Amino acid sequence: MDLDLNAPHSMGTTIIGVTYDGGVVLGADSRTSTGMYVANRASDKITQLTDNVYLCRSGSAADSQVVSDYVRYFLHQHTIQLGQPATVKVASNLIRLLSYNNKRMLETGMIVGGWDKYEGGQIYSVPLGGTLLEQPFAIGGSGSSYLYGFFDQEWKKGMSKDEAEKLVVKAVSLAIARDGASGGVVRTVIINSDGVTRNFYAGDTLPLWHEELEPVNSLLDMSSPEPMSS
Amino acid sequence: MAKAAIDVPPKGGFSFDLCRRNEMLLQKGVQPPSFRKTGTTIVGLVFQDGVILGADTRATEGPIVCDKNCEKIHYMAPNIYCCGAGTAADTEAVTDMVSSQLQLHRYATGRESRVITALTLLKSHLFSYQGHVSAALVLGGVDVTGPHLHTIYPHGSTDTLPFATMGSGSLAAMAMFESKYREGLTRDEGIKLVCEAICAGIFNDLGSGSNVDVCVITKGNREYLRNHQLPNPRTYVSSKGYSFVKGHTEVLSTKIAHLQLEEVEGDAMEE
Repeated sequence: MDLDLNAPHSMGTTIIGVTYDGGVVLGADSRTSTGMYVANRASDKITQLTDNVYLCRSGSAADSQVVSDYVRYFLHQHTIQLGQPATVKVASNLIRLLSYNNKRMLETGMIVGGWDKYEGGQIYSVPLGGTLLEQPFAIGGSGSSYLYGFFDQEWKKGMSKDEAEKLVVKAVSLAIARDGASGGVVRTVIINSDGVTRNFYAGDTLPLWHEELEPVNSLLDMSSPEPMSS
Repeated sequence: MAKAAIDVPPKGGFSFDLCRRNEMLLQKGVQPPSFRKTGTTIVGLVFQDGVILGADTRATEGPIVCDKNCEKIHYMAPNIYCCGAGTAADTEAVTDMVSSQLQLHRYATGRESRVITALTLLKSHLFSYQGHVSAALVLGGVDVTGPHLHTIYPHGSTDTLPFATMGSGSLAAMAMFESKYREGLTRDEGIKLVCEAICAGIFNDLGSGSNVDVCVITKGNREYLRNHQLPNPRTYVSSKGYSFVKGHTEVLSTKIAHLQLEEVEGDAMEE
């Protein structure tokens, strides 16, 4: 088993975007790996594009950071020129244009989610290759393979905000249990007409799934240093 | 292609003539030469008053230690320093380049440089070279917005962390940080933890060694503690001394081979 520290930084990842009645909930794990080593166990894969539109990133860390930086810059200019907040459709289209036109060089799959006054909460999926697809819910990253069946069964139209967030946290934690490239904590972002709420769920608050064991002699039990507060 | 009677000087730009030859050699099974990487342990952590960076001081050329006391903590700005791992030439060049760009920016704006400025300059340069500039950096500093610590990878991705390690010794150093780091460390506790992490790299990683360099950056002040710890003193020194005077070494046998020289007509140097 090679610990290739020179491998490009990639985010194995599980990313999810779900619409509910009134807005959207975005969720992601927090593991960034370099080969077999976890380079960052607490990364934030949900990045802000504008006040009302956020982006979930997966795949190559460098490529997705560069794309999100460019789109944030374009959207900022667009907002100034338009005189009002950018729509989610415009933001996801910009992501798609960069992804599609540079498809040979980029390796990143993204989910755009946000709320605007025209269409309400929307989720757009921009996978490898640069397709743009509006969906009521979207999943991405290596951990998403384990969630297709789960979402087919569990997703319902017209959920409330709390139901949607619980669903997202449950889904990410299921994926973390099965996918080696996903792990760490679960971060969620809820976007609706009232604004944006960021939440953080530490590993020990997540439920245990099949064959997962209770932590024994965990560092968190020891009387020593406080684990870090967010 | 006829052989030109007059030699035309090459136009600017990359000459692709050798690419076919390289491909042909690869097909024949010739291994391309690999470039030298430097093993390293570099770390950074955020403490209550600012940022502390640490590095070992060994530079390697393959299996040989070519510099026992090199400086891996590079100056970027009076309030920003950067540790570099990877190919030494790349880390030096990229940090010097961005340091100059930051100074020009300071002249243009009239303000103290910010850490995210250095971060953006470094990450865009590294991304545009798609990982071929092999520089893995730990960038730390204190600016008007507070203390910041970032890691930058050769492909151009960055992370913002409260404690970070990079280089071949990063696993050993990270083990120390994960067990002992907490928020709100004091200056002395922070320096002690950084030294412990670098020593873990020095003693457990073959690519890291020699001494520990530490750099403490706080608001309005920075202290570069060069060789803060020297855990590898030279323990054996020969009592006879190390001078070898001519005549002391015994000659066992002598063999002289004459070089074949050819007389060539015409001028020695023809332009």
